[in-house]
Amino acid sequence: MNTFATTIGQPNATSIIFFFFFIAGTLAITYFAAKKSRGASQFYAAGRSVTGWQNGLALAGDYMSAASFLGIAGLVSLKGYDGLIYSIGFLVGWPVIMFLIAEPLRNLGKYTFADVVAYRLSQKPIRIAASVGSLLTVCFYLIAQMVGSGALIKMMFGLPYETAIILVGAVMIAYVLFGGMLATTWVQIIKAVLLLAGATVMVGMALSKFGFNVVGLFNAAAATYGEKVLNPGGLVANPLDAVSLGIALMFGTAGLPHILMRFYTVPDAKAARKSVFYATGLIGYFYVLTFIIGFAAMVLVGRDVVAKVDAGGNMAALLLAEVTGGTVFLGFIAAVAFATILAVVAGLTLAGATTLSHDLYANVWRSGNSSEEDEMKVAKRATLGLGVVAMLLGLAFKGQNVAFMVGLAFAIAASANFPALLLSILWKGTSTFGATAAIVTGTVTAAGLILLSPTVWVDIFGNPAAIFPWKNPALISMPAAFAAGWLGSVLVPDAKARSLYEAQQIRNYLGVGAE
Amino acid sequence: MPTSTADPTHSRLFSQLVRKRWGVSLTLTAFMLAVYYGFIAVLAFRPDLFATRIGEHMTVGIPIGLGVIVVSWLATGIYVRWANDDYDTAVDNIKHAMRENRG
Repeated sequence: MNTFATTIGQPNATSIIFFFFFIAGTLAITYFAAKKSRGASQFYAAGRSVTGWQNGLALAGDYMSAASFLGIAGLVSLKGYDGLIYSIGFLVGWPVIMFLIAEPLRNLGKYTFADVVAYRLSQKPIRIAASVGSLLTVCFYLIAQMVGSGALIKMMFGLPYETAIILVGAVMIAYVLFGGMLATTWVQIIKAVLLLAGATVMVGMALSKFGFNVVGLFNAAAATYGEKVLNPGGLVANPLDAVSLGIALMFGTAGLPHILMRFYTVPDAKAARKSVFYATGLIGYFYVLTFIIGFAAMVLVGRDVVAKVDAGGNMAALLLAEVTGGTVFLGFIAAVAFATILAVVAGLTLAGATTLSHDLYANVWRSGNSSEEDEMKVAKRATLGLGVVAMLLGLAFKGQNVAFMVGLAFAIAASANFPALLLSILWKGTSTFGATAAIVTGTVTAAGLILLSPTVWVDIFGNPAAIFPWKNPALISMPAAFAAGWLGSVLVPDAKARSLYEAQQIRNYLGVGAE
Repeated sequence: MPTSTADPTHSRLFSQLVRKRWGVSLTLTAFMLAVYYGFIAVLAFRPDLFATRIGEHMTVGIPIGLGVIVVSWLATGIYVRWANDDYDTAVDNIKHAMRENRG
């Protein structure tokens, strides 16, 4: 088994055909969506016409990135049980979204989470601060996706890195520019269905070799690589670092702008709740599959082969596809992985463009007095601009290790976006100064500590020892943001914000006046 | 609309609704935090507990890890069930009373 020769890295006609089918199909949807996509509500929120079930699939699509599919499967194939820690961390943010912010988001906001934070506070300072938090999260996530995609596509299709980046950028711009949120939603739905179906088939084919018995697979893994692959190992070296990572993953999910933006595509709070329920189920199922795929790759492909193709194990799922279903199935899974990158990048770009046009241009620059037409013009230019920036960043960071950027995106989302959002919803005393202080403190602390952490200070800058010992700062930066929010609100109170609290509550809990 | 909750009855119903909502939300949140950080704490401080064998090559850690995923999903289900039945009915009652009051 361990001498098996993979075709990964060579141009694969099947995967290119599958991929062009996906592009052609989704661009056709974009073409129909373009006819409807005129007003702001259509462009940003798909006219609030998405059902709970559709939005559940789209949320799952936005969240199941290639990084979590390929990365977690790879981690499990090389480290065994420990890979599950990431799966669980990525999932447990969803109940938090459901219990704390799903309804307020839907009832208080219009297009972005900044709408909620700014609901009863002074618009300009809050929108500027929230936009910075949003754009940083989107940019770091985008860089990680673009650089990852270039490297993976080179592996999967045999295309040059630069060609891959330009292809991803161009198609993504087409989706968002012409089809807005409606097209982006359908791209996510199609991708989610393909990814879940592909992973299910892969698990089925792999388990058929063990008499469809998962325990048989674990037995085989333990027989070849020893009992320790089934036990928690060295991944959690420092307990506090583990808790810090857990906080970033859990609360970061509840602060990702492209995820929060999906709550405005459904008609009401009931549909918003249902969509989180479906999304949590689909994502949980997906992570269980990923865990099995990792173990199956460990046994059927072999650890040394997985590590030889890619030291990080990122090709484990694709290698398993080739072993179980041959070149055709490899082609299909490779095309789905590429589609996954494309769809996540489109969602991020739309969130970034909405922040630029709705929060910064319409509400800050024009003080809320711009026409919808002007706002749409800016949104489309912002999409084009962000698409080009994404391509340039992808090219600039070629060959760099950007894995820490996903961690950074989650840390900033958990520290800058989530505390301000929760404080503005829950606490009457939240003032403009306090919310701004929470966002600024969260952003600066999270980014600063990551700079001083082992991931950047040692791995990137090559210093001998890190100034800040943990890989993840959320255990410090999130409480710091809450503390700054409280202190800022006590020191500089806001009588107007207090007086508007009752009106906010009525809209929040009863949904009265929500669009 | 905001004015009508100034009526003491509605204001009482409304504050009950808000308290109930956060009672349910925060209880479920606390439950999830306990489940997740309990899991992390065992991993970090007593990993040997998860290495306990059940069956020939199966450890406790695997069903527990997968169980955390299932429990997270079930918890969202419980919340949706409660919110779509109890909560929304209470909201409709208050909105109805507010309309009566105005008209």
